[in-house]
Amino acid sequence: MELDALLLSRLQFAFTISFHILFPAFTIGLAAFLAVLEGLWLWTKRDAFKVLYLFWVKIFALSFGMGVVSGIVLSYQFGTNWSEFIRITGGVIGPLLAYEVLTAFFLEASFLGVMLFGWKKVGNRLHFLATVLVAVGTTISAFWILSANSWMQTPQGFEFLPDGRMQATDFMAVIFNPSFPSRLVHMLLAAFLTTGLVVGGASAYRVLKERRKGAVQGWTESRISLVMALGLIAVLAPLQLLAGHWSGEVAHHYQPSKTAAIEAYWTTRSDQPFHIFGIPDRDAQKNHYELSVPGVGNLVQNVPKDEVIQGLDAWPKEDQPPPFIPFFAFRIMAGLGLLMIVLGTAGVILHWRKRLFDTGWFLRFCVAMGPTGFIAVLAGWMVTEVGRQPWVVYGVLRTRDAVSPVTTGEVATSLLAYILVYAVVFTAGAIFILRLMAEGPVAALAEPAPRQDRAPGSALARAPEDTTPGSNDGEGA
Amino acid sequence: MLDLPLIWAGLIATAVLLYVVLDGFDLGVGILFPFAKSKEERDVMMNTVAPVWDGNETWLVLGGGGLLAAFPTAYSVLMPALYLPVLLMLAGLILRGVAFEFRFRARNRGRKFWTQMFTGGSILTAVAQGLILGGFIQGVTVRDDRFAGGPFDWLTPYTLLVAAGLVAGYALLGGAWLMLKTKDNLHGDAKRWTLISGALVTVLLAAVSVATLLIHPRIAHRWGFDLSAGSSVDFGTLAPLLLIPALGLVGLGLVFVMARKGSHGWPFVGALVVFLSGYLGLAASFTPYVVPYALNFRQAAAPDNALGLMLVGTAVILPLILIYSGWVYWVFRGKVDEESGYHH
Repeated sequence: MELDALLLSRLQFAFTISFHILFPAFTIGLAAFLAVLEGLWLWTKRDAFKVLYLFWVKIFALSFGMGVVSGIVLSYQFGTNWSEFIRITGGVIGPLLAYEVLTAFFLEASFLGVMLFGWKKVGNRLHFLATVLVAVGTTISAFWILSANSWMQTPQGFEFLPDGRMQATDFMAVIFNPSFPSRLVHMLLAAFLTTGLVVGGASAYRVLKERRKGAVQGWTESRISLVMALGLIAVLAPLQLLAGHWSGEVAHHYQPSKTAAIEAYWTTRSDQPFHIFGIPDRDAQKNHYELSVPGVGNLVQNVPKDEVIQGLDAWPKEDQPPPFIPFFAFRIMAGLGLLMIVLGTAGVILHWRKRLFDTGWFLRFCVAMGPTGFIAVLAGWMVTEVGRQPWVVYGVLRTRDAVSPVTTGEVATSLLAYILVYAVVFTAGAIFILRLMAEGPVAALAEPAPRQDRAPGSALARAPEDTTPGSNDGEGA
Repeated sequence: MLDLPLIWAGLIATAVLLYVVLDGFDLGVGILFPFAKSKEERDVMMNTVAPVWDGNETWLVLGGGGLLAAFPTAYSVLMPALYLPVLLMLAGLILRGVAFEFRFRARNRGRKFWTQMFTGGSILTAVAQGLILGGFIQGVTVRDDRFAGGPFDWLTPYTLLVAAGLVAGYALLGGAWLMLKTKDNLHGDAKRWTLISGALVTVLLAAVSVATLLIHPRIAHRWGFDLSAGSSVDFGTLAPLLLIPALGLVGLGLVFVMARKGSHGWPFVGALVVFLSGYLGLAASFTPYVVPYALNFRQAAAPDNALGLMLVGTAVILPLILIYSGWVYWVFRGKVDEESGYHH
């Protein structure tokens, strides 16, 4: 019975957190993008920036709403499904989560109202401040949650009390634990890249459409945002490679079993190969259909050739992470990362040659790359979370000892309920967002200017939607 | 040395009270949604809460997160004990939370669907919170600092009664809020809703009060009743506590008299007083327990260094939160009317 509740709880956590992470990954970058757009508009007075702001803020509102509701689920799921984890570690990571609520959630939630609904209620500068504070809030939130998660990867600064619970001995050591800096940088870059890819993809789609309709001259909104997105990707994608490598080195040092799982190393040895492909088999303790490059594994890990790198055989079977998911998820993430570098570099070169808006294959490449940030983020989290197993707090507390004393029936019920609710909510949300993207920011241009004396709740951002030709197909009055 | 567990018990109790009255009125607006006469009225109703609901709900995250951080043992006992009602609450919160955005985005049938989800989600949230509150007050089975009861312990006639009371209470808050924020016809409707839900609250609050005295001997004893043998009453204990129900009567009086007069602000004040009285009444019944009647706030508290670290930040940040949350309400002050009905 215990095992089933455990397995279902793990599935439920994986399911709910996978859905949740998509939204922060997108809104952290999008909030900053909106702050930049509004700042540029205030500075240059160019209407194009305002049009872009009003367009992307609609998508932000939808995404942020879904992020909030899927996040509340997580903050309660720690207790409903992982109560032993909280009972034991609450005195250590509890304050980190509490600080996230205090310093980030209230800031985001309160100023989001002003950002979405307050355009005519407050002045331009105050509205800009609200946008900036929402962006700051999303980043602070990432700070605390990454700190808590990193502590679970590389725990330090704590001791056990006689009753089995933990107590911090040094909170600075807890917060700034060894894997935190690299993982925070890695995640923030991932969030900005995800946003850049979505903005780039949606903008490229509009540029393609404009091209098909006939030659559009000059700097349309979609062209501006495409260039902004590609510029961001060109700078950040190579940096992300370095950040990812940094994160990998930290893992190699502090979580060697995770590195062994990612690389599907079964044998402890020097001069490890690099496996391009393989089917890791836990029972046989080896890989099937291995395709490897000998002699470069140590190089990839950035350690001398004669240094020994531990394989999974360095741990008893019950302490080994299952390598299948980390191995493949890592390769998907890294492969997409390389494609992002190609995208950014090619984009810069094409723009330099003034061919960006005429190169059909590249614009279609941008569209195809649109969702890859999400895939890479999910893959990356699978690497780090599955790679930590069988521990929930690495080397200290096993996942199976962290689960709540609840019945299998309860967890099965909740898992089914979440699948059902999320299917409805996130399908609808995805449709609304894709529909907006297909319409594009230009549709927002056709929208009438908002009246001066708007009542509260009249989100300028979304105000005139229904009067836009083409956006109200078949909608009755 | 500061009594950190006591301070944190007070802070979390305050966060929960703030949550109940703040999200209470926007949940109430959702509960009253089906009674609106037209789509335009529903638009206005939703617009009265759209800019603030997210901030209101954050108090729930603080309540939950604060409990986790300050009283991890209580959190780790209560959440498994209330597994299914917490699930219902979260499902309700999801459905109504996204409905704010989705209802504006959706077309014909989709809009109808999200209108229903806003109502359904609000009612589901209110019922689930009632079940959680009832399940909390009737007590939780604990062994070795862990939940040791069954999956349906929270489902009793008492918890159902509390749930009904909370739905009516939120409707009262929502109705009174709408009296404050709307005018003309909708204000008239809101007045009717306030009076009807006020009457329901009067009956249900009285029923819950009596039932709570009977649900656990400790509560009866706290209020000066000895129900075991001969049913004696200790008036010395009871008399000062009677101020709490008296406060509730004042609140209800405010609601009825001022709503009938068509006042805009006073019924909401009255509804707040009713909630304050109910909250104090329940708090007086179960203190000092954070897991009734097994763990008190000292037994469940996190280590002092964790509580201290959080208190330093809270002392600085909480006043700021109160200031800017208040500022947001100030920005969106005044009446909301159909002029803001930008959706036809």
